[in-house]
Amino acid sequence: MSGVRVLVGTAKGGFILTSEAGREKWTVDGPHWGGWEVYHLAGSPADPDRLYASQSTGWFGQLIQRSDDGGKSWRPVGNDFAYDGEPGTHLWYDGTPRPFAFTRVWHLEPSPTDPDFVYAGVEDAALFRSTDGGESWSELPALRQHPTAPAWQPGAGGMCLHTLILDPRNQDRIFAAISAAGAFRSDDAGGSWTPINRGLQSEGIPDPNAEVGHCVHKIALHPERPDVLYMQKHWDVMRSDDAGANWREVSGDLPTDFGFAIDVHAHDPETVYVVPIKSDSEHFPPEGKLRVYRSRTGGEEWEPLTNGLPQADCYVNVLRDAMAVDSLDDCGIYFGTTGGQVYASTDGGDSWSTIVHDLPRVMSVEVQTLP
Amino acid sequence: MSAAPATVRVVLPAHLRRLAAVTGEVPVEVAGEVTQSSVLDALEAAYPVLLGTIRDRRTGQRRAFVRFFACESDLSNEPPEATLPAAVTEGREPFLVVGAMAGG
Repeated sequence: MSGVRVLVGTAKGGFILTSEAGREKWTVDGPHWGGWEVYHLAGSPADPDRLYASQSTGWFGQLIQRSDDGGKSWRPVGNDFAYDGEPGTHLWYDGTPRPFAFTRVWHLEPSPTDPDFVYAGVEDAALFRSTDGGESWSELPALRQHPTAPAWQPGAGGMCLHTLILDPRNQDRIFAAISAAGAFRSDDAGGSWTPINRGLQSEGIPDPNAEVGHCVHKIALHPERPDVLYMQKHWDVMRSDDAGANWREVSGDLPTDFGFAIDVHAHDPETVYVVPIKSDSEHFPPEGKLRVYRSRTGGEEWEPLTNGLPQADCYVNVLRDAMAVDSLDDCGIYFGTTGGQVYASTDGGDSWSTIVHDLPRVMSVEVQTLP
Repeated sequence: MSAAPATVRVVLPAHLRRLAAVTGEVPVEVAGEVTQSSVLDALEAAYPVLLGTIRDRRTGQRRAFVRFFACESDLSNEPPEATLPAAVTEGREPFLVVGAMAGG
C-alpha cells in the first residue's frame, strides 16, 4: 500500500510523519535525538527504508545517523569530515581571510541508484561523499579548491553548502549552491566545477553581476526537465533554461521576492511554489499573512494560496530546506515553519492543513512517496 | 613493574550518555599517567561514538562548549597532558565532562 513519509528536521530533534496515500490520518514519531539540531533528514530513492540524518549541536559537534528500516531504528555512523589537504581560506564577515573549518552538515543527498552512496553539503562550504552507507566520508575537494573560493564570504547562517541536486538523467552532473558564493555545476561527478551565476544581480556586493558572491538560498528542478532550474535568491526568484548557464528573473507579480524555499510540482514542470518573506531583515510573511505563491507558468505570474493558512498575525519563516513535494496524484506540497507547524496540501496547493503545529523550529522537510 | 591501571569515574552530560547508551557514571580504565588526554583516549576507545563530540577529531582540542570539572575545580584550560588530581586517579572523585551553560 502506498503512502507518504515526511521527514522533518527541527532545532531540537527529528520527526517522522507517516500517512497512507489518502494523506488524511498522520502518525507522528519523534523526537529522535531530542535536544540536537537536525538540519536535514533524507531518504534513499533506491531504498526507501534507508534514511540518513544530520544531527549536530554547538556543544558536541556533528553526528550522522542512519536507519535501515524506514526510521524505526537508527544508529550513528561516521562523523569524520576531514578536508582533503590544506583547507585554504575564505573571507570572514569582516573581509579578512579565515581558514575553512568544518562545522556541520547542512544537507544530505542520497544517490538515486545506490542506497550506500550519499553526498553531504557542509559548512564551511565543501562537498563530501560516502560510498559505504555513511560509515566513512571523503571530500571531493575541487569545489572548495575552486579558484574563486578564497573570495567566498558566509551568509548570515554561515558559509554553507546547502543545496545539492543530482541530475536524474546524468549521474555526472551535480548542482550545488553555497551561501553566499552562489551556484555551481559539475559535469564530471564533482571532479571540477563551474560557477553558474550569470544573470544574477545582487545588491550589497561590490559588483552586482559578479561571477561569485551571490546569496543563493535554494534551487529546485523537475526531474523530467533537469535543464530548467528555479532559484530563490536572497532577493529575486530566478529561472534558467540551460542548466544554469544563464538566469533570468521571474519574480513577476510576487508581493516580495525575498524568501528561502522553492519547489516544483511533481507532475507539472511549469508549476512552481515559493513562500514570499517580507525582507532580508524581517524574516516573516508580509502583512502577517502566510501565503504560498504558485506559478503555473514557470514564473512571472503568481497566485497566492491562502486556504487553510493563517491570514493574520503570522510571523513565522519557512527555511530553505523546509519545502518538499510528494509524487502522488494530486501532488502533495509540504512545508515547515520556524513556529513548528508542518503544513500539507493534497491538492496542489489549493488548500492547506497542519499535520503538526507545535514542533520546534523546523529546519528541513523532505518527503518520501512510498511504494 | 608497571602500576595497575587506574579506574577513573567519568560523568558524561545527558546527551552523550544517551549517545553512548550508558547510564550513570562510566568507569574508564586508564593505563599509565592519568591525564585529561589519557582518560578521554580510553573513553573514546571504549565508546567510539563519542569521537568528535568532546574533542575535535583533527586537532584533539576540547570543543569550545565542553568543560572538564573535577574536585570542584574547572580543569578545562589545564594542559591536556597534566596529571589529574589524586582524588580522580584514585576514584574518590569523578571526572566531569560538562556541556557549558550557553543557552540553546
